[in-house]
Amino acid sequence: MSTLATPNGFTLDTSGRRVVVDPVTRIEGHMRCEVNIDSANVIRNAVSTGTMWRGLEVILKGRDPRDAWAFTQRICGVCTGTHALTSVRAVENALGIMIPENANSIRNIMQLSLQVHDHLVHFYHLHALDWVNPVNALKADPVATSALQQKVSPHHPNSSPGYFRDIQTRLKKFVESGQLGPFKNGYWTNPAYKLPPEADLMAVTHYLEALDFQKEIMTVRTIFGGKDTHPNWLVGGVPCAINLDGDMAAGAPVNMASLNYVQKITDRCIEFVENVYIPDLMAIASFYKGWLYGGGLSNKSLLAYGDIPDKANDYSAANLLMPRGAIIDGKLSEVLPVDLTDPAQVQEFVPHSWYKYADESKGLHPWDGVTEPHYQLGPKAKGTSTNIEELDEGAKYSWIKAPRWRGHAMEVGPLARYVIGYMQGNKEIKEQVDWALKTLDVPIDALFSTLGRTAARGLECQWAARKQKYFLDKLIANIKAGDTATANTAKFDPKTWPSEVKGVGFTEAPRGALAHWIKIKDGKIDNYQCVVPTTWNGSPRDNQGNIGAFEASLMNTKVERPEEPVEILRTLHSFDPCLACSTHVMGPDGQELAEVKVR
Amino acid sequence: MTDLRPNVLILGIGNLLWADEGFGVRAVEHLHRHWAFPPNVRLLDGGTQGIYLVQDIRDADMLVVFDAVDYGLPPATMKLVEGEEVPRFMGAKKVSLHQTGFQEVLAMAEMMGDYPAELLLIGVQPVELEDFGGSLRPAVRDQIEPAIAEALDWLAQRGIHGHRRPAPLPPEQGIGSLEMLIEHYEAQRPDPDAAPRLGDARVLSSDQWAGPASAQAHEAQIDALLGRDRRSVSL
Repeated sequence: MSTLATPNGFTLDTSGRRVVVDPVTRIEGHMRCEVNIDSANVIRNAVSTGTMWRGLEVILKGRDPRDAWAFTQRICGVCTGTHALTSVRAVENALGIMIPENANSIRNIMQLSLQVHDHLVHFYHLHALDWVNPVNALKADPVATSALQQKVSPHHPNSSPGYFRDIQTRLKKFVESGQLGPFKNGYWTNPAYKLPPEADLMAVTHYLEALDFQKEIMTVRTIFGGKDTHPNWLVGGVPCAINLDGDMAAGAPVNMASLNYVQKITDRCIEFVENVYIPDLMAIASFYKGWLYGGGLSNKSLLAYGDIPDKANDYSAANLLMPRGAIIDGKLSEVLPVDLTDPAQVQEFVPHSWYKYADESKGLHPWDGVTEPHYQLGPKAKGTSTNIEELDEGAKYSWIKAPRWRGHAMEVGPLARYVIGYMQGNKEIKEQVDWALKTLDVPIDALFSTLGRTAARGLECQWAARKQKYFLDKLIANIKAGDTATANTAKFDPKTWPSEVKGVGFTEAPRGALAHWIKIKDGKIDNYQCVVPTTWNGSPRDNQGNIGAFEASLMNTKVERPEEPVEILRTLHSFDPCLACSTHVMGPDGQELAEVKVR
Repeated sequence: MTDLRPNVLILGIGNLLWADEGFGVRAVEHLHRHWAFPPNVRLLDGGTQGIYLVQDIRDADMLVVFDAVDYGLPPATMKLVEGEEVPRFMGAKKVSLHQTGFQEVLAMAEMMGDYPAELLLIGVQPVELEDFGGSLRPAVRDQIEPAIAEALDWLAQRGIHGHRRPAPLPPEQGIGSLEMLIEHYEAQRPDPDAAPRLGDARVLSSDQWAGPASAQAHEAQIDALLGRDRRSVSL
């Protein structure tokens, strides 16, 4: 029998042709994806594989817990600040350290600014090309493009026909020079691209504008974190002093001038998101309304840890402005409470992962987590040991563990946060979602799709930019009221620590729920386990045979041309996957082009 | 009045956590501690950030990049590459943001019409990469000073002069955080018995363990998994 029903509601059929995409491009880290398609080119089985081991747990063992943030920040180039924040929270949780209000506001501003930055860069520079065809943009009429721009975003200043003509000329010159640069490896003749040339030109133009604008966002983190491009963090607070009347020298305390600068950037972020990102999102989505694939687990099982504490040191759901909760078995109206310290809730399984447990029928809570690599291909894997043609998903097949919440495979990320927030009746989220659905004239079911995931990210970007302003105002008001404290160093000295403690820190990274579990023994890290968003979304099968979120999202999608898997990339990219950096250096002919094999 | 001095960016890239992969960042850290430059010269620890660096590159008229590069040459060999050749050598290096190779970052700068007029890549062939949490191997570390000398020469030929600081900058004024300062990073590393570097022997000692015997074996298995020889280089 080649069909198999999974406990989480999918029917897998491996009888059709196998399509292998390796590596999946425009993501962080190494990822491979294999699917089986039936005679109508519809995906009936999906296998997602993380092809690198990160080794972070090994790197941190025996290190000073107060240094851990700096290591986790270096693990990858994207979530830098989020990992650092999660790490200092884990140590503070273990040692019972309380941080000052200003530190909470500053951390929130930094975290929100990262959300804005990451979402914007993801949409334009990593995901837009799944929907937008830059080659088609060369056929656009600049006058009609200008009219389109003025229709979708009347307040955006760059909208004259001459402006679009200039961009088109520049683009043409670039494409004709033969080096497509960031646009290489695209399937630009594929019928999956639906935009008219004018919408393509408008979107490509904003691709360039966003590239221009994004660097400004980073300066917010540099002002509070000191260093460019890797800001400083601190267990117990933030490493910057505040002196409103101070001068603006390098390394000087945060003053009124720097706060005004942050204010200006924040306003510009709100403006860009509202005048460019959101209108583009709506315009692009309107041409793909019929493309409702990619829902996967999004109407079944969703998880968010929550983030952005309004008041300092209170990590309860009620105080977190970003939603926290879990939805399972498709019971959308029932949002369950999440406790990261409960050994029965978050567990990691490895029967299909290249790790070894003493008893693989059981999952391990991260505090008891073991990260022991054990690479072994299954008996049905095809190819040779140096050239794997097909993985055997019946056996171990990924470097990603399979985390489960009360035994369920979960989707995390902006869509999870937005569905949970919506179901909890979060007013801001509800307002945004209802507006988007109404604007596009689609039912709420449309949310549970690839496009829904992409739309939730855009809405969250807008939300985050506005909240950044909220915390900046709060920070300034608190300083003006006379509170300039930024750090609590009372328990910074390891001599004051108990000999054995454990803690957990969590955040909502741009791409989903992130937590670090730490055990400290005699002042050093005894065990450190990170469960990152892509561990959730990219997880392989578990001991029950449940498929993970990436795998589920690809099921039943029709692929127009199997040798050009635009649809697969589109859906995988909608999660903003981050498989953490590996560091493989290659010479000139080491070009890793996406290789697609159809068998 | 327009400032006619060229903007110079001296950029170190790579990941500090993977032994010699940290060469570029360590070189810039060292340069910053020992040399002072006029205000039109900027030193930057680029880490593994990709797209986030595009603007810095666009702002630069001259760009010097320190990096670990697999040239297919003997370990710790230093090789300089200039101008148009640079992107070719930084091709598919996947250390950066969302798999944006540095080549793609350069292509983005070019597309925006702001490509540096002059470009120098100072690359050193790594000795060891697969040592999680490790630092530079001595042979690669010994290339920091010669690499800096090459950069200073190249810049001097273009009228840009650095001056050796009377005393090195104190650690807190370094380019990165104190926690990642090379001395701290190396001194605070637990010894292999306390924290094995490829897996924990205390859990690995079970009979069932069939994992890689060494860093090289581990790497070979990953290569095998990816189905190609990812280290092949032809010059």
